[in-house]
Amino acid sequence: MSRELGSVGKSLPKVDAAAKVRGQAVYADDINLPRMLHCKILRAQAPHARILSIDTSAARRLPGVVAILTGADLPIRFGILPVSQDEAALEGDKVRYVGDPVAAVAAQDEETAAAACEAIKVEYEELKPVMTIAEALREAADEPIQEVLSKRRDNLHRLVSYEFGDLEGGFARAHLVREDVFFYQGNTHLPMEQHSAVATYVEGRVTLWSSTQVVHYVHRALSRVLELPMNRIRVVGAAHGGGFGGKTDPFAHELVVAKLAMVTGRPVKCTLTREEVFYAHRGRHPTLMWYRTGVDREGRITAMHVKTALDGGAYGSYGAASVFYTGTLQTVTYDVPAYKFEGARVYTNKAPCGPKRGHGTPQGRFGVELHLEKIAHDLGMDPIELKRRNFVKPFSRAVNWLRITSCGLEECTEKVLSASGYTSRERRPGRGLGFAISAYMSGAGTAIYWNDMPHSEVQLKVDRTGATVYCGAMDIGQGSDSVLAQIAAEELGLQPGDLRLVTADTDTTPVDLGSYSSRVTFMAGNACLEAARKMRNLLVEAVAERMGVADLEEIEVGEGRVGEFSFEEACVIASTRFGALSTTGSYKPPRIGGPFKGSGVGPSPAYSYSAAVVEVEADGRTGIVEVKRVWIAHDIGRAINPLLVIGQVEGSVYMGLGEALMEEQEYRKGLHKWPSMLEYKSPTFLETPPIETFLVETVDPEGPYGAKEAGQGPLLPVIPALNAAVFDALGVWIDEIPVTPEKVLRALESKAKGAEPRYGPKVFPEVPYPEPIKVEPPAPDDLRVGAELETAFPEGPRVR
Amino acid sequence: MPGALDRDVQREVVRLHLNGDDVETLVPVHKTLLEVLREDLGLTGTKHGCELGECGTCTVLVDGRPMLSCLLLPLQVEGRAVTTIEGLAEGPVDHPLQAAFTELAAAQCGYCTPGMLLAAKSLLDDNPKPSRVEIQEALAGNLCRCTGYLKIVEAVELAAGRMA
Repeated sequence: MSRELGSVGKSLPKVDAAAKVRGQAVYADDINLPRMLHCKILRAQAPHARILSIDTSAARRLPGVVAILTGADLPIRFGILPVSQDEAALEGDKVRYVGDPVAAVAAQDEETAAAACEAIKVEYEELKPVMTIAEALREAADEPIQEVLSKRRDNLHRLVSYEFGDLEGGFARAHLVREDVFFYQGNTHLPMEQHSAVATYVEGRVTLWSSTQVVHYVHRALSRVLELPMNRIRVVGAAHGGGFGGKTDPFAHELVVAKLAMVTGRPVKCTLTREEVFYAHRGRHPTLMWYRTGVDREGRITAMHVKTALDGGAYGSYGAASVFYTGTLQTVTYDVPAYKFEGARVYTNKAPCGPKRGHGTPQGRFGVELHLEKIAHDLGMDPIELKRRNFVKPFSRAVNWLRITSCGLEECTEKVLSASGYTSRERRPGRGLGFAISAYMSGAGTAIYWNDMPHSEVQLKVDRTGATVYCGAMDIGQGSDSVLAQIAAEELGLQPGDLRLVTADTDTTPVDLGSYSSRVTFMAGNACLEAARKMRNLLVEAVAERMGVADLEEIEVGEGRVGEFSFEEACVIASTRFGALSTTGSYKPPRIGGPFKGSGVGPSPAYSYSAAVVEVEADGRTGIVEVKRVWIAHDIGRAINPLLVIGQVEGSVYMGLGEALMEEQEYRKGLHKWPSMLEYKSPTFLETPPIETFLVETVDPEGPYGAKEAGQGPLLPVIPALNAAVFDALGVWIDEIPVTPEKVLRALESKAKGAEPRYGPKVFPEVPYPEPIKVEPPAPDDLRVGAELETAFPEGPRVR
Repeated sequence: MPGALDRDVQREVVRLHLNGDDVETLVPVHKTLLEVLREDLGLTGTKHGCELGECGTCTVLVDGRPMLSCLLLPLQVEGRAVTTIEGLAEGPVDHPLQAAFTELAAAQCGYCTPGMLLAAKSLLDDNPKPSRVEIQEALAGNLCRCTGYLKIVEAVELAAGRMA
C-alpha cells in the first residue's frame, strides 16, 4: 500500500451504534403493522412418532382464530444444503424431535393463537426414539428417523473417508504412536433475541422481515416452498439480535408466516419463545473423536489418522458440511505429511444440529490440541515446543490440498507466551496455564449451492446527494455494515458516517451469501473495495479533466476532497461529465480445492490464526475450575477496525469459555433437559475473566487491505487451552467438555486409585466407514489455484 | 386459558409517569409491563429474551431501580416513575453511558443494550464511582452473548469517569 490509510485501521464507532444505544434499531419483533395477526406453532411433544391424524376443528371455532395450517398446506420439503432437502415447514406424516413443527395458527392476538394450538388434537403412534450416537449406529427398532431419504436400516446420515499421502509408511517410521478418544458435548448459540419474522402479502408479492443471517437463503427457501418466483418475494433482514450461526438456516416460522400472510391477506408475525429457540437450535454437534498420530524422536508428526462421529439431531441442516469440518482444518495449522480422515454423521431424535461459531472445527481442534499435548508428555517434551516444530509454513499447501497464504502462528504464539509468562510460570498445585492454537476460514471457498457466480456483489451509487453502498450482506452485530462503510470511505476519502448503507434487502441489494463462515469482511469487503475504486477513478477522471490535469495520479482523494474540489463538488462534476454514477464490485474466491471429489469443504482464500493461553485455579476438593485470565493473539491479516476486531475476539473467548465450562445441550427421556436460560448455564459478568487481546497483522495478499476473519477463529484455541490448564493445575485430563466439577472429581478419583488420570470416553464406536478415497498430496510449495490448477489436472480426480 | 379477546378479561386503566410523561392506558390486567410498553404504548426499545425473568434484557427503571418488566404487572407500578431506554437520553443529547457504549463498541447486536444501559444507570446513580467488581455484580443479571462483557464494563467505567 503506497499511500497512507485514512479510515481503514481506525477504531471507529459502529455506524449503527447510535440507534442501538437509544433503542431505535428495529428488530423483527419490533415491527407492528396494521391488522397484523399473531402466529403460534404447535410443536411435537413426542421425540419420534408417526402422525395418525390432526384435528383442527375445535381450534378453528375459537373466536379470533383466522387461519390454521398443517403439513398438507406446505408439503414441499426444503433444507439449507441441496443434498439435505429433508425438512418441512410443518411435518404432516411424522415428527422427529420434541419441538418439530406440526401446525400453525394465525389469530388476532398471541394468546388466542396459543389457545388454538392447545385445542388442536394430534394423534400419534409413538416410535422408539434414538438418542445417542451408539443407538443411531444400530439397526433402527421401528424405522430410521429419515426413512424417506435413507435406504439404510440404521440412522447414519453421512459417511466420508479420505486418505492423503503414505499413511502406513508414516506410522511405520514413527518413533512413537499414540491413540486418544475425546468427546465434545453439544451446545447452543443462545442469541439474546428470539427468532422472529413478519410477513405481508400485497399485490401478489410476499415481503418477509426476519432475524436471519442470510436473506438470500431464506429467499430461496421461500421461493421453493411457496412455489413463487423469487421476483415475487422480498426478504429484508431486520436489525439482528445475535446469530452465532443459529440463524443461518431457513426456518419453519419464516415459511409459515409467509404462507399465512398469503392465505389471510393480512400481515402475520411469529416470534419464537425462548423454549422454541432451544428447539430451533442448529447448534454444536456432539462429537466423538478418535486420534492416532505418529511422531519421530524430535516430535515431528509422521502420520495422523482421525475418526469422528457427529450426533446430528433429526435433520440434515448443514451437517453434510459439518462432518467434513471436524477433520479438515487440522492440517492448516500442523504440517501432517500423511493424513487419514473418516467422518460420520448420524440422525437422532433431537433438535437438529448445524453451524455454531467455528462450525465443526472446534471439535476437531479440541481433539488435536489435547492429543498433541499428551504426545509431548509421552516424549518428555514441552507441548509448546512440539506444536511449534510442527507449525505449517506461510504460503504452503497442506497434505489435503488446502492452500495456506499469510500465517501468523509463530507471532501469535510468541505474543501470548511472553504476555502470560507461560515459560517462567510459578508451578503450584491448583494453578495451571494451558496453551493452544487454531485456524479458521475467511469464508468458504465454495458456495452452498453449486454455481459459478460471485459470492458477494456490491453496488455503489453516487449522485449530487452523496454516496450509497448497496450490499446483500447482513450485519448481525459483528459490524459488517461498519466495515463496508469504512472501506468505501477509505477509497472515496470520506468518513464512514458520510456513507449511506442499504444492506440485506433482496429487492434493493445485490446478492451476498450472508453472515456465516466468517466471510463478510473478506468477500463483501473485496466486492466493496472494487466498486469503490471504480467510483474513485470516475471522480478522479472528471475532476482531473476540470482541473486540466493530465496525470490522474496527481489528484489526491482524502479528507472529503477530490483534488481541489469538495467531495460534493466532485460528485456534481462527475455526474455532469458521465451521467448517472454507479459502479459495481464482486468477489468470487479462486478455485482452491484439490483435484478430488469432496475437496469443496475446507478451502478458503485465507485462514486466520490464533493462539491462546488460559490461566485457571482448579480446586481439587470441589472440582471447581475458575478461569483467572486469558491471553489471546489473533492473526487478523489487517484490522480494518481494531475496536470491532477486539470485540469479536473477546466475544469468541467468552463463548469458548462457556462451552468449555458449562454449556451443554443435554437430553433426558427424549426431552431437552433444560430449554431455558436459567437452567442452560452460560457465563455472566462474574464468570468472564479479564481477556488480553493482541492483534497480529500479516497483511494477506488476497484480503481487502490484507484483512482476514475475526468472528470465529478466536473461539477455537480457548477450549483445549482450558483443558490443558486443568491438567497443568491438577494433573488430570478431562477429555470431554464441558469440564464440570463432577468430571474433575472423577478424574482425580481415578488418578488416586492409580488408574488413568483422566475423565472421558473410553472407546470409539465401530462405524462402517467406506474405503477411503486415496489422494496424492500436492507439493508443499504448489500454490496454484483457479484455472492454473484446473488445467494442471485435465484428467480429473487425482486418486491413487 | 382465555384469549385477550375474551370479553370477560378484566381491564384496568393504568397511569404511569413514563419517561417524564404522564401516560394513561387501558390494559388487560394480566398483561405484563413489558407487553404493555411494547404492544400498547409502542415503546419497542425495551427488548425481551425469555419473558421468564432469566436474562435481564427487559430491564426498565421503576423509581430509579432496575426491574424486570417481564415479571411486573402494570398495576404494580401504578403511578410510579418508569424509565425505558427511550427516556435515557436528554433530548438529542446521549446520556454519558450511551456515548461510552457507542465509543467502545459495547453494543454489538445491541439487543441486550437497552437493559444493560438502564441497569448501569441505576448503578451510577447510587454509586458514582463503582469498582470493577461492583459493576460486574450490578450487571450480573443481564446476559450478553456478543461482547464477552469486557467492553460493557469498560464503557460503564468510562461514563462514570466522565460523570464524576
